[in-house]
Amino acid sequence: MAQIIIPTPLRKFTDNLATIKTNGSNIQESMLDLATQYPEVKQHLFDESGALRKFVRIYIGDEDIKALQNENTPVEDNTEISIIPAIAGGIA
Amino acid sequence: MRLKIAPNALEEMQKHAEATYPNECCGFFYGKDGEIRNIEVAKEVTNSKEGDQRRRFEVSPLDYLKAERYADEIGQTLLGIYHSHPEHPAIPSEHDLKQAVPFFSYIIISVMKGKAEVTKSWQLDDAGKFEEEEIL
Ligand SMILES: [Zn+2]
Repeated sequence: MAQIIIPTPLRKFTDNLATIKTNGSNIQESMLDLATQYPEVKQHLFDESGALRKFVRIYIGDEDIKALQNENTPVEDNTEISIIPAIAGGIA
Repeated sequence: MRLKIAPNALEEMQKHAEATYPNECCGFFYGKDGEIRNIEVAKEVTNSKEGDQRRRFEVSPLDYLKAERYADEIGQTLLGIYHSHPEHPAIPSEHDLKQAVPFFSYIIISVMKGKAEVTKSWQLDDAGKFEEEEIL
């Protein structure tokens, strides 16, 4: 069980909810549970092979899960998981 | 989509674009969403791109988190991102499109010879293409 904070641009796929409670004992299970609860959000988080998209970052509090145990990072009831879209761009 | 940008927010974005010229600037804006999107506050953010900032901008994940938290604090909605195109038109590039997310307005400021000349706003449509928004 954890809480996932949905970034504003994806809230239209989660009935405008900013925080979703999810089941699962690690990041991977929590993210999959989110996709099960809100199937429309799935394509924005996972690619065809089921891996997390390159442009999506996952943080626990202020920490990148890449600095922890990635998708295997365990979560607890009060863990706050943030989904962060990579923001970038430029000229041609 | 139609946008209304508060004059001081627009001025802040354009000033920022001129101040960072010839590099690209970036920032977030906040306001109220509805039939007409009302942009009330603009806030600059560090261009964290390593390398050529004349052609690229990037927002660090932590700065993104802070922007979402700031929106909660001031009771407004994070409505999008602005960035500048030094010596280029205010039209999204392939690069902009590749990393664009739904819902956000993408305000682009064209800066020519150091002066913010044209400001346009864009949003992804359901087909994943950029559509220009009307700035009222
Ligand atoms: Zn651009």
